[in-house]
Amino acid sequence: MTLSSQVGLRPEPFGALAYHFDTRRLVFLKSPGLVALVESLSQFASADEAIAAADAAHTPSSYQSALTSLEESGVVCVR
Amino acid sequence: MSASRTTVPALVKQLKSGLDSPICLTWELTYACNLECVHCLSSSGQRDPNELSTAEGKAVIDELHDMQVFYINVGGGEPLVRRDFFELLEYAISRNVGVKFSTNGYLLDEDKAARLASMDNVDIQLSLDGADAGTNDPIRGEGSYAAVRKAMNNLNNAGFTGYKISVVVTNQNVGQLDAFEQLANENGAELRLTRLRPSGRGADVYNELRLTQAQQVDLYNWLITRPHILTGDSFFHLSALGDPLPGLNLCGAGRVVCLIDPVGDVYACPFVIHDNFLAGNVRDEGGFDHVWKQSDLFTDLRQPENPGACASCNSYDACGGGCMAAKFFTGIPIAGPDPECVFGNADEALANVTASDIPVMTQDHSKPNRVKVTLGRRS
Repeated sequence: MTLSSQVGLRPEPFGALAYHFDTRRLVFLKSPGLVALVESLSQFASADEAIAAADAAHTPSSYQSALTSLEESGVVCVR
Repeated sequence: MSASRTTVPALVKQLKSGLDSPICLTWELTYACNLECVHCLSSSGQRDPNELSTAEGKAVIDELHDMQVFYINVGGGEPLVRRDFFELLEYAISRNVGVKFSTNGYLLDEDKAARLASMDNVDIQLSLDGADAGTNDPIRGEGSYAAVRKAMNNLNNAGFTGYKISVVVTNQNVGQLDAFEQLANENGAELRLTRLRPSGRGADVYNELRLTQAQQVDLYNWLITRPHILTGDSFFHLSALGDPLPGLNLCGAGRVVCLIDPVGDVYACPFVIHDNFLAGNVRDEGGFDHVWKQSDLFTDLRQPENPGACASCNSYDACGGGCMAAKFFTGIPIAGPDPECVFGNADEALANVTASDIPVMTQDHSKPNRVKVTLGRRS
């Protein structure tokens, strides 16, 4: 899994603002931990591995559900 | 390095205290317009001799790129009147700043439609204020309905899909929402509805064209079952009626949105082109970035708001007291209810407004010979 090449990520105090240039959708990444996870995805073989290495600010299941929702909106996608 | 949830304030609170860059901003490219719509927010008509040059426009785009502004809403006046429109448009796209531009369609001929269809990251909003010429033309000018339909045909033939039909909802057209939706569907377009505001020339016709309370409720009920209809967060004051409408449901003025006008003046939002809401100019030292981050006005707007007369209302969290511009131009205190408060809480404030409470317009680019259009009888 990786950040979509069509998505711009802008750091914000709450996390980041993601904009999908194809769908024109704005998505709020509501925590810095989630932003770090999304940015690290491409370094890991799987989303589970990235989550295992992620900041402990959130539980693995909350990271997992956040990634599922980001995949639905096209912010992250399968490599 | 961990940042737990408890150290990050709620998103809405953070948005209200302002971001380092706007989420999106509106840029009016020129005050020149071939039309003279009765409700024009920017009182457009004539070009201002001091409008930004092509080079200055590109410098603004460079700044927006550096600030990671993902897209801009371009309007006017009529943006296609500018001879360097495509040069600025293509420059913005090349700098990864997407463009949504509003047009009345008159100048959107076959060649321009084909050129636009070949570009990425361009959205088009065609302004239409009636589902037929009889409703539209008294507001926007004789022949303007036919011009939009022709522009739609040109876009369709060029293969430009998904353009927006953008409607200012008034008591004249609120009964045509289904017809607008059908028109959009038939053309592979999207429908966008926005609120009539008492800004610019809109102040002259606001009382004549604004929705009744019953029409506001009808509009809310129509929108709540159609989350795909675009509104630009225009109707957040209606969220006091029940479930929130899609969107951020807050006043973003100077916090997450702003306006750059044709001469480079930066205002808090597209609906308050007035000296009281002028934060600075992109030509000033430090440019737009400085105005956005440092101006006294925007710093002030990012302070926690005073609910004022709305403090005791259970719906304040839902509507946030409504639209700042609508209050300002109707002479209601900013810490007061929206003039179109769905519970009628503004009625008393409106009744107490005297002529001296109504702000004098500080900008007007209307053509000197503008003839006031006589509107149809209120239905």
